Amino acid sequence: MSNPDFLRLILAMGAVTYLPRMLPLVLLSRHTLPAWFAEWLGLIPVAILSALITPTLFCHSEPRIFTFGKLELLAAIPTLLCGLKSRSLGWTVIVGMFCYWGLGLIISR
Amino acid sequence: MTILTSKIRFGLAAAWPICLGYFPIGLSLGVLAQKVGLMPWQMAGMSILVFAGGSQFIAVAMIGSGASPLAIVSTTFMINLRHLLMSSALSAHFPSVSRRFLALFAYGLTDESFAVNMTRFNQGDWHRYSALTLNQTANTTWIISTVAGVYLGQMVPPGAAGVDFALTGMFICLLVFQLRSAIFVTTALIAAVCSLLAYLWLPGNAYIIVASSLAATTGLILKRLVPKRGATHE
Repeated sequence: MSNPDFLRLILAMGAVTYLPRMLPLVLLSRHTLPAWFAEWLGLIPVAILSALITPTLFCHSEPRIFTFGKLELLAAIPTLLCGLKSRSLGWTVIVGMFCYWGLGLIISR
Repeated sequence: MTILTSKIRFGLAAAWPICLGYFPIGLSLGVLAQKVGLMPWQMAGMSILVFAGGSQFIAVAMIGSGASPLAIVSTTFMINLRHLLMSSALSAHFPSVSRRFLALFAYGLTDESFAVNMTRFNQGDWHRYSALTLNQTANTTWIISTVAGVYLGQMVPPGAAGVDFALTGMFICLLVFQLRSAIFVTTALIAAVCSLLAYLWLPGNAYIIVASSLAATTGLILKRLVPKRGATHE
């Protein structure tokens, strides 16, 4: 990929990323949202995070098939416990990476 | 002025877990980018203009596999469309704030900054300048770590020390932070099931928006039904 092509690519990526971040903040902040909509939005973060994680833990990506017992799922258990116990983002990421790495070594042996 | 300084300091203090989370992820993205042949300035440009971890990982992987720019941009759009919902949720906390501020603040809206800012706004001790500082601190860390990763790329073997799990680990922890009551746990479980089915049946990254909208809607219906039933019961 040439440099101008790459620049055009990241500019377009930046635009399509920025607009959904900016438009609701700028357009909605001056209005009071209806209660049901505010409540719905309150449930969005937990739903998004869960939706982001689950396929990583239970599915192969190419082709997309369900699987049980992936390394990611095994490492997710101590990671989840660490998150619940420590409430620390930094520590949980480090413990998760360590478990993933360690379990990978044990399983491949 | 000192009040403003203290607000900025609050923002910096709250940003460190995000920075600690971003650093290994940024490094690993940089390493990956180096493996597919990106230059440090290209990584810096992407991190400055896009600033969205998950989509940058996928974009780098797609560049590596020779995907078309149109496919990369539309994938980026689909993945980051979830910020539409986060931006809407945050908007309630910025009444009568200038559009210029919001336009700048929106640039730093990520899953992580959203989760932390939203928590702090709900606790009530959070100022918009603290929130902006948090966003920009995370942003700076992200840019530095991704570029550092490109330089480190030559030295790090692929998959070293579990870096592949950094993003998942961070999302798991942020999910834990969100589990504030039974309805949140229920919504998370519904989202998990919907996401699995949508991932297996729908193309691309549509599963994120489909599953999270469905789960939030079901969660809202349950939340509205359950207290009513409790009130009429006996």
